[in-house]
Amino acid sequence: MTFTIAPLLIQDGLTNGLIYALLALAILLVFVVTRVLWVAAGDFVVLGAITCALIRQGEIPGTAYLLAALGVVSTAVSLWRARAHLAPVWKGVVLLELLTPLGIAVLAFVLTPMKPPLAVQLALVVALVTPLGFLVYRVAFRPIADRPVLTLLFVAVAVHYTLTGLGLAFFGSEAFRSQPFVPGRIDVGFTRISWQLILVLAASAIMMVAFWMFFGRSLWGKALRATAVNRLGARLVGVRPEAAGDVAFTISALVAAISGILIGPVTALYYDSGFLIGLKGFIGTVIGGMVSFPLAVLGAVLVGLVESFSAFYASALKEAIVFALLAPFLLWRSAFEPRGQEDDH
Amino acid sequence: MKSRSFKRIWTAAALSAALAGPLAAQVAAQVAAQEIKIGLSGTFTGPNASNGVPYRSAAEIFPTTLAGHPVKWILLDDATDSSIAVRNARRFVDEDKVDVILGSTSTVTAVAMSDVAVEAKTPQIGLSPMAIPPAKLPWVFNLPQPVPIMVSAIIDDAKAKGLKSIGYIGYTDGWGDLNWTALNQTAKTAGIEVVSGERYNRTDTSVTSQALKTIAANPQAVFIGGSGTAAALPHLTLRDQGFTGPIYHTHGTVVKAFIDAGGKAVEGALMPTGPMVAASELADGNPIKKVSLDFIQKFDGKFGKGAASPIAGYAWDAMLLLDAAAGDALKTAKPGTPEFRTAMRDALQSGREVVGTNGVYRYTATDHYGLDERARVLVEVKGGAFRLHK
Repeated sequence: MTFTIAPLLIQDGLTNGLIYALLALAILLVFVVTRVLWVAAGDFVVLGAITCALIRQGEIPGTAYLLAALGVVSTAVSLWRARAHLAPVWKGVVLLELLTPLGIAVLAFVLTPMKPPLAVQLALVVALVTPLGFLVYRVAFRPIADRPVLTLLFVAVAVHYTLTGLGLAFFGSEAFRSQPFVPGRIDVGFTRISWQLILVLAASAIMMVAFWMFFGRSLWGKALRATAVNRLGARLVGVRPEAAGDVAFTISALVAAISGILIGPVTALYYDSGFLIGLKGFIGTVIGGMVSFPLAVLGAVLVGLVESFSAFYASALKEAIVFALLAPFLLWRSAFEPRGQEDDH
Repeated sequence: MKSRSFKRIWTAAALSAALAGPLAAQVAAQVAAQEIKIGLSGTFTGPNASNGVPYRSAAEIFPTTLAGHPVKWILLDDATDSSIAVRNARRFVDEDKVDVILGSTSTVTAVAMSDVAVEAKTPQIGLSPMAIPPAKLPWVFNLPQPVPIMVSAIIDDAKAKGLKSIGYIGYTDGWGDLNWTALNQTAKTAGIEVVSGERYNRTDTSVTSQALKTIAANPQAVFIGGSGTAAALPHLTLRDQGFTGPIYHTHGTVVKAFIDAGGKAVEGALMPTGPMVAASELADGNPIKKVSLDFIQKFDGKFGKGAASPIAGYAWDAMLLLDAAAGDALKTAKPGTPEFRTAMRDALQSGREVVGTNGVYRYTATDHYGLDERARVLVEVKGGAFRLHK
């Protein structure tokens, strides 16, 4: 270890750690609001990254078909659930779950071959992936929202495998890698900082501030916080937990889509790469005790740094070291934290 | 008394019916057994589909005769699943009574099938590199170049360049291990020192740490034990961190996806591969050139220009081997019989040289790998294509 290597390792750890941190936020948000352990968060990152790579190549991504199909399924599920009192809801359902996804899919079909400017392409990626989170919630989780945490976890695992399978069918077994947005590094004297890190730093800072503003200032954010603290209490003061779930999953998918865009040029992503990325974000949330957003961010950045340094010292054992990180934190938490009641959200 | 004799007649009738059924089936089987039957099971779908599909395409242009004798090719998909591969192998030997099994097209599935092949005393030609333990040696043949032969091309080149040290970054899985072991063996005999050995997962998002540690060990060249798209990441990272020496890859990177993923940054990357990749650049005296160009012409004629790949060439080579062996075996036995299967095995390992698209095969009773250094060349990424490295 020399003084030239350490800053490079820290940079590398930060670049990955910040991506894990964004995921940790997405996972934690979904967990506190809906009690779903969002196993498939990483799959959404991969969806974002591969969709981005394909759109930038001018190819229509399978995500467009997925969005359209899921829209149809979701509409059917919602209408069936509301069959006793269709009149007041059907317009909203059709608009939100059928026309919006179909509209975005059609937009993707029209715009992608035209190779629009980068900003439009990125907006298209976000528009394709974000509604998927919302639709997955409506199809898979809303009908069973009040079941025990374990049931929700099983369904989340099922969603993960379904998404991985669809990923293989849509994208094939080869990996994707998109061209960097800004290649190279800049010299800052004692080390060279990669543009990628600056980009990731800027994007995650903006998103974290946005998170903070949203939860601190906006009505929706406050409603989500209320649901997280006490579902029944929130319902009593007029917050519908189901609507809170809609918002939580949408935000989570949005964060994952942006993470995917950021990580796409860094590495080659396979259809099944998402699980490991999501798992590392999950370690971040566990370090934060599954309740604290700032601690989850710090935990995830720590995971990135540990990963980078352990890869330097013992690359063959890297994953083992990263996942062993869980043990001391779990021990510490269970020793010093008061035991919360199960299922008490 | 009467009833008893009746009973006897009934028993006799039932018995003869029970015997006649299979007998009739056997007669029918013998009529059908006039043709040679070859079973090919491959990873046409599933995670290894990109490696399996070219075999299926090549099978579409297989001839309808082997050594002038009609042949039936039976193709089954094992979806990159060992249990399906075993089931396919069972079907080949139990129902189809094939004379030779080809496949499978991934190492794991090919190994899974070999138990059935050995048990049924049916020759198997594995279409993915596999280790053959002594117990399986009598019936199992390996077609693609074993890893040490490929890695020796790298060490030969490093030696020719006068390099003294080499670093390694490879997968944490079996592929990484195979290349790491081969590198250590061949480098030692050539007097080149392996100064570092780092590992990464093909799904890793960063190998910066491994690249930094490799550079810190100060090797003159680096060998990356990866494959396909995921092999581009260490290459790009090494160059990004300022490494300027030659970077070698495994033959698993000779796919367009690698160049697509690496772009301009992988220009100059060196990798061993079968001679077919650079067929048109081979010397005219090389017998492989003619066979390769002939295959490429036939394959591209059906699937479009540039479609032929060394993987499809393996399938073609298996067909050429069978064609040569069938000529001998047909002289001594009839297809569909155990004698013919043994005769095919003996003909395959007779020590005859068969020129294929990816090398010159010469199997003997003790060597079922059958390839030498003629089975590989070193290519270089140049102008977005693989060109012969001179």
